[in-house]
Amino acid sequence: MSAATLHHDGAFAAARRRLRFGPLWLAAPGLAFLAVFFLFPVLRLLGLSVQDLETSAWTGDHYARIVATDVYFRVLMSTFRIAGLTALLSLLFGYPLAYWLAQLPERQRGLAILAVMVPFWTSYLVKTFAWMVILGRTGVINQILSGTGMPTLPLLHNEFGVMAGMVHAMLPLAVLTMLPVMTTIDRRLVQAAETLGAPPANAFWLVYFQLSLPGVAAAGLLTFISSLGFFIVPALLGGPQQTMLAQLIITQIQEMLNWAFAGALATFMLVAAMVTCWVYDRLFGLSSLSGETSGRAGGGQGHLRNAGMKTLSALAKASAALGGPVGRLLGPKMMDRLLPLYSALVIVFLVAPALVVVPIAFTTSPFLDFPPPGYGLEWFRVYFNSDLWVSATVRSFAVAFATAILATLVAGLAALALARSSSRWRGAIFAFFLAPMIVPRIVIAVGLFYLFAQIGLVATDLGLIIGHTVLALPFAFVAISAVVKGHDWRLDQAAATLGANRFRTLMLVTVPLIRGGLVAAFLFAFITSFDELTVAIFVSGGVKTTLPKQMWDDMILQLNPTLAAVSVVVFAIVMALLLIAEWLRRPAR
Amino acid sequence: MLSPLAQARTAPVQAGAAATPKLLVDGLTKRYGAITALEPTRLEVPAGEFLTLLGPSGSGKTTLLQMICGLVEPSGGRILIDGQDETRTPVHKRDIGLVFQHYALFPHLTVAENIGFPLRMRGVAPADLARRVKDALEMVHLGHLAGRFPKELSGGQQQRVALARCFVYQPSVILMDEPLGALDKKLREHMQYEIKRLHRETGATIIYVTHDQEEALAMSDRICLMNHARIEQIGTPHDIYARPKTAFAADFIGVSNIFRGQVRRDGAGTPMLVTGNGSFRLSADTPERPDGALVVRPEQLDIDGEGDNEVRGEVVDTVYAGSETRVLVALGGGEETITVRLRRGLAPPRLGEVVAVRWRADAGVLVS
Ligand SMILES: Nc1ncnc2c1ncn2[C@@H]1O[C@H](COP(=O)(O)OP(=O)(O)O)[C@@H](O)[C@H]1O
Ligand SMILES: [Mg+2]
Repeated sequence: MSAATLHHDGAFAAARRRLRFGPLWLAAPGLAFLAVFFLFPVLRLLGLSVQDLETSAWTGDHYARIVATDVYFRVLMSTFRIAGLTALLSLLFGYPLAYWLAQLPERQRGLAILAVMVPFWTSYLVKTFAWMVILGRTGVINQILSGTGMPTLPLLHNEFGVMAGMVHAMLPLAVLTMLPVMTTIDRRLVQAAETLGAPPANAFWLVYFQLSLPGVAAAGLLTFISSLGFFIVPALLGGPQQTMLAQLIITQIQEMLNWAFAGALATFMLVAAMVTCWVYDRLFGLSSLSGETSGRAGGGQGHLRNAGMKTLSALAKASAALGGPVGRLLGPKMMDRLLPLYSALVIVFLVAPALVVVPIAFTTSPFLDFPPPGYGLEWFRVYFNSDLWVSATVRSFAVAFATAILATLVAGLAALALARSSSRWRGAIFAFFLAPMIVPRIVIAVGLFYLFAQIGLVATDLGLIIGHTVLALPFAFVAISAVVKGHDWRLDQAAATLGANRFRTLMLVTVPLIRGGLVAAFLFAFITSFDELTVAIFVSGGVKTTLPKQMWDDMILQLNPTLAAVSVVVFAIVMALLLIAEWLRRPAR
Repeated sequence: MLSPLAQARTAPVQAGAAATPKLLVDGLTKRYGAITALEPTRLEVPAGEFLTLLGPSGSGKTTLLQMICGLVEPSGGRILIDGQDETRTPVHKRDIGLVFQHYALFPHLTVAENIGFPLRMRGVAPADLARRVKDALEMVHLGHLAGRFPKELSGGQQQRVALARCFVYQPSVILMDEPLGALDKKLREHMQYEIKRLHRETGATIIYVTHDQEEALAMSDRICLMNHARIEQIGTPHDIYARPKTAFAADFIGVSNIFRGQVRRDGAGTPMLVTGNGSFRLSADTPERPDGALVVRPEQLDIDGEGDNEVRGEVVDTVYAGSETRVLVALGGGEETITVRLRRGLAPPRLGEVVAVRWRADAGVLVS
């Protein structure tokens, strides 16, 4: 073959490659869905924020008003303060727990993780309700205090209440993000450091901690971004000083229908999230979020790296200086027990709120006394006899089911597409599917509300399903991608050589083998929808309410034991789902 | 390939018995619940020796090594370095270097930073540190890779970095736990040579773990053969090859033909071993024992040659191994085969041919 034809062939193949996406076509439904119901509404909301309401001319007035108006500016600042503090505390409390989990034997670790996950599976409204019961003026803690003759403490409707609720909600996310990084750290490296002469404090900070940094940063990023959009916790557990941006946006829409101003507020939130992501990407590479190892293991270069190492050396010195006397004070036996003891306490903090709700659901009192004066089924009766509650439950269930199916299907196709593709679009598409996780929910919800208002989807089940699917897609996508990544594609090739066509290969070989991922995706999507309030607050209403929306309305109005009964029902449903999922995921014997 | 006799070296000149050994392990033992990972063990290592711990997987080599460097706490016994009791010294204060099987290079540090780590921990001044790191890198021929991260290196290069990181701070005892286990054969042979060179150049005391008998024979001043959490035999490679004390030792090192039986004396008082394959004359200096296993190496057997003892059997296979040819001969009912090295210049026998295999009485060793 001459050089000329070689060249020609090469160019031809390259041209064909440029046109062909190959397996990437499988991602097309998901891409189209996200383009219409995520990208377009969010961009339009941003567009609204720089338009004059009447003339539609370009204007920066809305932004100027936010910065100039004291109240708005304060809310902006308190949003960043609360989110930042939540991220910081979640890392501080979560790191030792994750460290402890990482060195447990596999079986015990699995059990401990189940406990850590309890708040994760508990609905936001249930969790918040529980904290109100625990921290209230006549709540569990204060009743214990006054019972023992001590003065009661103001625990609710202040910064403390908000931080308790936020950290409780974010701690599992922080721990579960750090854990995979920590379990892959080779503990022999710490031993190696010690044989090379590093005292234990140095070996920890200079080796283990530095290797766990990507996990710490990822956890910080995720908790900060998720905290930015909170409104349930600050609204119910905080006071006026703890008002957050999302609450402001909701008021602007619900009470004033001021889209442009809400858009400007949303932009602030979005920009904060984006900037955080950008900084993270600079330092660690976003790809490490999905568990792929980044090329920047050292984190940064040159000066930054040196400064980082100096800081860690200083930390090592400080902790050695601190650890010495403490160790002498407590003795080696006690020192060894410190970490398990601490971990047990944190796990109690995570699990206890869900448990407190249960006795109150069975109280005979119309108030939230703790412990209840007597036990009965009164409040379950109220719940089951209420058309409003029952229809809200049924709607939530149906919407969650539809969302789970849709999200698993769309995400499954996309995950398969990306796993088999080597296209240069791969990274971008991957990021796009994860984007709804990064963009604060409230931004998506307001954007969708605007869109739905125009195409008549407000107060419809379809509108809810679409909105929830947007929110659930990233979780489903991550769950399936994780399994597909480990899938042995030679098995599919083997099936093909044995005479199975593509569809039958998919159904008989691929799907059964990635079943675990599919079940997890379904579960995540179901629970995302079942617990979803942000979209529901705008898109559902009146008799067409969902369970979280109904709880929210009730909690704002008046706390009552029916809410506890509802919480128990919600909790039971989720637990039942988890059990079924676990059973389905287990490989058939 | 298998000519350890030719390669066998003499043991290093032993220092006077009065000199304290570099390392003394005395009654050291480790139990994990019901499992005994190491029976009470005594081991003396003179300064500058290259000692190999050789034994099958699970025989307690790693446990012994990790107790010496302090990563595992002994259930009993003492560890003395230069006569000092170091049993309770924390890991980081022992003057011991450990080279891990999978190198344990810090992935977040560059090659130079990895090598500089132990110096940093010892508070070496920056200028001095840089110079010593440079020297260490040159010693392992990696001067051009100082700025790379470990994962950007090949397996052999990573191994050298691990060696440099250990030699750079000149610990008085260096421990290596199967350091070449992850390398392919060619590279392994080269690295064996490199490690020997480092040993010569630095005069370090090295305790080296392997389960590869060829590696042990090629590298060691002495071999400490381990089995079932105990030391089976200690000696120079030549000692262990030529005078194994147990059937296990004979079987583990080199290829052996083993005949088990009862010891009798014939009329002239010559010791004989009565086995299922016939009675064999033993060498005159065989110690008194009721029974045992007779070990004869393939190169001591000869087909149709001279000898005091003879077995007959059918040739079932011939194996050409480059420098030599081995013949497998089935004895009796074909249950047992022996391996014979074909004498140079002899044409291999045909398969199925019945041959007489002979050896001299003093060639065999009777072991327990
Ligand atoms: N942490 C441990 N817990 C329980 N048993 C162990 C532990 N470490 C080693 N053992 C046991 O001790 C024995 C010796 O192990 P090891 O020293 O690793 O052998 P080698 O290095 O020769 O392969 C093995 O039977 C092993 O199962
Ligand atoms: Mg070992």
